[in-house]
Amino acid sequence: MAVSANVTSKKKVPVLVVVQLSGGNDFMNTLVPFTNGVYYDSRPLVRIPEDKVLPIGDTLGFHPSAAPLRDLFNAGNVAMVQGIGYENSSRSHFRAMDIWHTCEPHKIATEGWLAKVIRLLDPEGANPLTGVSFGRGLPRAMAAPGVTATSVDNLDNYGLLTPVEVAEQRQQDLQFFKRMYTPAIGTGIVMDYLGQTGQGVLTGAELLKAAPRQYTSTVQYADNPIAKALRDVVRVHTANLGTRVFYTQHGGYDHHAQEVPTHARLIGEVSGALSSFMQDLREHDAADNVTVLVFSEFGRRMKDNGSGTDHGSGGGAWIVGDTVKGGLYAEYPSLAPVDWLNGEDLRHTIDFRGIYGTLLQQWMEIDPTEIVGGVYEQIRPFKTVGA
Amino acid sequence: MADDRLALMAHLLRRAGVGASREELEAHAARPYDEVVEELVNPERSPEIDEDLLQRYYPQLFANQDNPGSWNGRWFYRMVNTKRPLEEKMALFWHHVFATGWTKSEHTPTMVAHIEMFRQHGLANFRTLLLELSKDPAMIYWLDNCENHSYEINENYGRELLELFSMGIGNYTETDIKNVARAFTGWTFEQPVPLYPFGHYSSKFVFKPEDHDDGEKTFLGETGRFNGEDIIDIIVRQEATARFVCRHLYNFFVADEPQVPAWSVLPPQDPKAVDALVTAYMESDADIRSVMRALFTSDFFKAARFTRVKSPAELIVGTLKLTGDYREIKPGLIQLHEASRVMGQMLMDPPTVEGWHTGKEWIDGGTLTERINFAVGQVQDVTKPGIRYIVRRLSASGQPIQPSEFVEQCLDLAGPLDVSDTTRGALLEFAETDGPLTFNTDADSAKSEERIGRMMTLIVASREYQFA
Repeated sequence: MAVSANVTSKKKVPVLVVVQLSGGNDFMNTLVPFTNGVYYDSRPLVRIPEDKVLPIGDTLGFHPSAAPLRDLFNAGNVAMVQGIGYENSSRSHFRAMDIWHTCEPHKIATEGWLAKVIRLLDPEGANPLTGVSFGRGLPRAMAAPGVTATSVDNLDNYGLLTPVEVAEQRQQDLQFFKRMYTPAIGTGIVMDYLGQTGQGVLTGAELLKAAPRQYTSTVQYADNPIAKALRDVVRVHTANLGTRVFYTQHGGYDHHAQEVPTHARLIGEVSGALSSFMQDLREHDAADNVTVLVFSEFGRRMKDNGSGTDHGSGGGAWIVGDTVKGGLYAEYPSLAPVDWLNGEDLRHTIDFRGIYGTLLQQWMEIDPTEIVGGVYEQIRPFKTVGA
Repeated sequence: MADDRLALMAHLLRRAGVGASREELEAHAARPYDEVVEELVNPERSPEIDEDLLQRYYPQLFANQDNPGSWNGRWFYRMVNTKRPLEEKMALFWHHVFATGWTKSEHTPTMVAHIEMFRQHGLANFRTLLLELSKDPAMIYWLDNCENHSYEINENYGRELLELFSMGIGNYTETDIKNVARAFTGWTFEQPVPLYPFGHYSSKFVFKPEDHDDGEKTFLGETGRFNGEDIIDIIVRQEATARFVCRHLYNFFVADEPQVPAWSVLPPQDPKAVDALVTAYMESDADIRSVMRALFTSDFFKAARFTRVKSPAELIVGTLKLTGDYREIKPGLIQLHEASRVMGQMLMDPPTVEGWHTGKEWIDGGTLTERINFAVGQVQDVTKPGIRYIVRRLSASGQPIQPSEFVEQCLDLAGPLDVSDTTRGALLEFAETDGPLTFNTDADSAKSEERIGRMMTLIVASREYQFA
């Protein structure tokens, strides 16, 4: 019953999907400045030859493996944010990730930015699926005391007692589990809390079971972890379980060595997965309320090291969706040696907290100030209403 | 009702260690309680763990690579197999208090040496501990004391030494902090061997007199040309230090307290217990071994069963002690590191200098799922030696076992574990589904064995199992 978007139809609630590229994606080799001599001189080994680049203009082009992303860009569905970062960018993966996850570059914080979003959207914690992360363990971005978010390792076998292999036995055991976790008077605060938490997991698992059952699609995803994860996002999103924030990760971007083949594979996987994802959403008439943010904790340095590139700054982020106004946003960091920081780092041109702010304010329609810790320059990456 | 002598010994071994196999528990329970305490607080009387075989199975441990997961796997192996349980438990305790993270340095050997320092000095005088801590390269880097110079102080270490490692907030002034920082100028480490091409090597403490501020300083009302040692002497004498350290010990070994930041406003739930520990500290001039002896032999300790939520490390190792897994060396230790990480506790990497939040804060939907599924995955395998042992105990007489007896025996062998009526009711309902356990034929025995495995599955999935 797919009906094309109707101007009079009630606006659907906006959903944000965050894709983390872990390890520090090489922005310069994702969106290649193929006319720039400094780029070619600095990277004798890991440069992308001009004739291999997929151009989107006179000076910039996508990595040759990113054809699906280039196609989405040409269709106007991708806002490429150039030069994203923050002052005194950390070169430690873990510290840098913490900063991106908590918006707090100067001290160690424990509340994730998306956890604060979940708290705002669902203050009572009524729906354990308001925030769903795919992968084991919650990312710090979604963790904060008192905030419930669900982490799903395997959507087809999610929940408690999953090591029990016989399905019928597991179902019986879950009934006994439910009884053991029944609230009981006078057993203490922690016992009560454990009871509620256990019952919450059971409810979340029960709801999530619906997702694989209702889903059918003609879209053939590739066989790799990010494609599988984005397909899971579609399966849960189209089951209408009230999820507003999805999180997933794609690892392996730490290209100190063997960058050329590895980066080509990863960038091909994530581009292809995003393309299948958009196609799948459209097939389910579920694309108009989804926006994807793809980010990485930092970019790489100007010069290669003879095999790969080392941790740098000034990376890129991509915002993908049918309501996105495609194009280039912020400025490509200057490649001129006089502008390099710390020897050979790119200078960022827009603060990541402004991009979070953009998504929260213009897409999720919530005030970002408290969540990102201040007011930062935003971009305008969405089509205006009615356009 | 379980034998109370056995239950008390199980409690002691859960707290002073991370649990025990049934054989270990029964052997210990046959001895006088105070004698066992004495053995625990004097770990050097028991043999050291032999790691030769471990080195053969895990050559990467000694390859100077950056592999915290493998080293954490080794720590789990040690916690399971040590004959000196309190040595490992004290290392875990001080790691909670002096929380230093791998994340900042990404330098495993200094973190491994840091934990080793806690093993070596965990029961020593508190002065020795603070001195070793102040000279520890992992700590010096973590709190920037290597950036603390005579011409420009960095007060990070000085502040946390007072706030989080000894006295607690409210017992000193900002000027005291600055003067502590000045006293620790020049306390730094040797630059380690370059990573490329040599790999990761630990570093060593070095004192640089040329970078030390030798001027006069006033700290807590005392004045002199203090160096770091002098500051530590003053700190260790303070009753505020005794109170702070003893509350930490109470929180870790006796019963869950609120999180540390609340301590300056909320009094201890059992002030008399903390007073008793403070007395032991002051009377022994800060000898941690004496405080631990007083703690384990006290009535408040003996009464405090199942009043702490297990940390992930305790949950994992306690479960392994129950099933007998990793009693023998085998591959796969890194999976234990991974399991504790997803439960919210990556060893050698606490989230901040405040350490892990404990008690109820270990639990959310994701971590509870991981905790339960880990324990269930362990106990449902009836070929594991600890579960085989339970099967043997239940089948020993060859007589049928009635459902209520089935429940009580399994709870006893799983702890002994105290459970609520709600939990007991659910377990009994399961036990009654197929009537008495029987062992008349091979088929009966096989069926009973499977039911025992399922009973253990439900027991470790219970709320009560989350408590130590």
